[in-house]
Amino acid sequence: MTTTQTGQRRLVIEPVTRVEGHGKVTIMLDEQDQVTQARLHIVEFRGFERYVQGRPYWEMPVLVQRLCGICPVSHHLAAAKALDMVVGVDELTATGEKMRRLMHYGQTFQSHALHFFHLVSPDLLFGFDADPAVRNVIGVATDPRFQELAVRGVLMRKYGQEVIQATSGKKIHGTGAIPGGINRHLDPERKAHFLAGIDQMVEWSEQTLDLCKGYTRDHLEELAGFGTVPMSSMSIVREDGCFDLYDGNLRCIDVDGNIIFDQVKPEDYHTVIAEEVKSWSYMKFPFIKALGPEKGWYRVGPLARMNTCTYIDTPLAEAARVEFMEELGGGKPVQVCMAYHWARMIETLHAAEKMRELLNDPDLMSGERVATGTRRGTGVGIIEAPRGTLIHHYDVADDDTIAMANLIVSTTHNNEPMNRSVTKVAVDELSGKEITEGLLNRVEIAIRAYDPCLSCATHAVGRMPLEISLYDAEGKLLDQKAT
Amino acid sequence: MRILLLAWGNPARQDDGLGPALAAVLEGQDLPGVTLSCDYQLQVEDACAISEHEVVVFVDASLDGPEPFEFVPVEPRQQVSFSSHSVATDALLGLSERCFGRRVPGWLLAIRGYAFEPFVETLTPQAQINLEAALAFLAPRLSGAVPLAPADTERP
Repeated sequence: MTTTQTGQRRLVIEPVTRVEGHGKVTIMLDEQDQVTQARLHIVEFRGFERYVQGRPYWEMPVLVQRLCGICPVSHHLAAAKALDMVVGVDELTATGEKMRRLMHYGQTFQSHALHFFHLVSPDLLFGFDADPAVRNVIGVATDPRFQELAVRGVLMRKYGQEVIQATSGKKIHGTGAIPGGINRHLDPERKAHFLAGIDQMVEWSEQTLDLCKGYTRDHLEELAGFGTVPMSSMSIVREDGCFDLYDGNLRCIDVDGNIIFDQVKPEDYHTVIAEEVKSWSYMKFPFIKALGPEKGWYRVGPLARMNTCTYIDTPLAEAARVEFMEELGGGKPVQVCMAYHWARMIETLHAAEKMRELLNDPDLMSGERVATGTRRGTGVGIIEAPRGTLIHHYDVADDDTIAMANLIVSTTHNNEPMNRSVTKVAVDELSGKEITEGLLNRVEIAIRAYDPCLSCATHAVGRMPLEISLYDAEGKLLDQKAT
Repeated sequence: MRILLLAWGNPARQDDGLGPALAAVLEGQDLPGVTLSCDYQLQVEDACAISEHEVVVFVDASLDGPEPFEFVPVEPRQQVSFSSHSVATDALLGLSERCFGRRVPGWLLAIRGYAFEPFVETLTPQAQINLEAALAFLAPRLSGAVPLAPADTERP
């Protein structure tokens, strides 16, 4: 803890453990230990939009995956979708679309499973104030009550990763999606392997959903206000409002469920969304143009998707969605921050149901893989990544090189919502109290609800790519250290 | 002996690609009983693969370790702060033991690197030399010509 020249005390929590990548939380305290402000800082500059300029457009689906070692499939597919537009393909072949969808559902399944079992479950199973030495995935695996749960988490993650490998060629940074389609069919042996295990995956998804649902119900009094800040929700949906993780048009609703915009085509995203830059973070702050930067922030991700969609087209997930909305929303969008976890488990079940549906589809095994069309100069691809809406926008020059790239990633959309939730938790939980690890962890728990992917970095033995930054209340950088 | 070799690193970050570079060379060799796995980072499901082998050898770049490499045992860790972004070797051994009931001996081959700049896909000259030394050390141990586990921590 340090004290600023203005007398405010500064409490810095870093790194934010059990989120993807690294971040830093700064909580400003006054002389009475009252919280005056809390911020989540993103300290690593990525610069991918600049790096890719001048590269051939067909490299993008492979190159941009380097943004992330955790959710590369999302970048792979969003880039491929944008380049479908560039190569003049408005409709993929059945094989092309279904292989990509299978890849995406595998990605969503493994990502959500990993997040819940290995990042969130320790907090829920042991309680927010449990000893940090126990409150982690090894603690879950060591406790006889939860050992099976930990094993299940590993095996669900493994299943999803294998689906990714079979459809993209590699578990991480595959090459399956190409502009206009896909470069492989599903191997018959892999299909048989996946079919043999998919019922188990659906069953485990249902059981995990029940666990998450039960926890939320049992602790609703505590959770209802935890990090909860009413806000708008955005995602893509189909033309009839159906939930769709792979394709659709943008829909945004306000806190009461009123439509702010709907059926905005991907290529028109910039007509409804603008981005603001702030001095204290490398992340941009997107906002709804019609509402302006002060009021136009919104959430994306599982909770937003439950709020925006009209229905889900798989039976088990749809029944779960109806129950979720009735119980927590009461006819309006759900605002409970910790309900992200329940929503995420509904999506896990949906992904399992979709994989089961697709694995019985013969189009995966045969048929044309690539469609062609007339070359265009611009392409925009939007996908619902596990963490939320992901936008890739490329302008391509006549020599086939990237002239401009704009990427708005899920965690960027959720930037302001996370800051609001962090502040809410800090004000509710930290003001005037003794600062314990449990209290500090509450701030991280609120951030974790959004499942942010803060950055990727090299990880060689002996190196933690973490930079320490201290800011004053006006946003001025006071100190900076690298570990 | 069934050996799992887990190499990881990002080949687009210069010497961070030492692990994948070693795995690429070994892929061309006939090594019965050895399962090669190469990725950008370790993953929790690697614990499952570890539990299916008798010994695991982790291979990664080292930022400030001994030159040209070191070969040290890894003990399973039972209490760990965990991020899925980059799972630690000892945490994986702990997960293998706790989740799958297999305590598997682990070794870390940490090859010294020097530069980790993004978007550079070639190793530095000294890292390349270290890689060759590490290969000369490891290959006979994987083939069974030399015992894998030295009596003490081994440094060249």
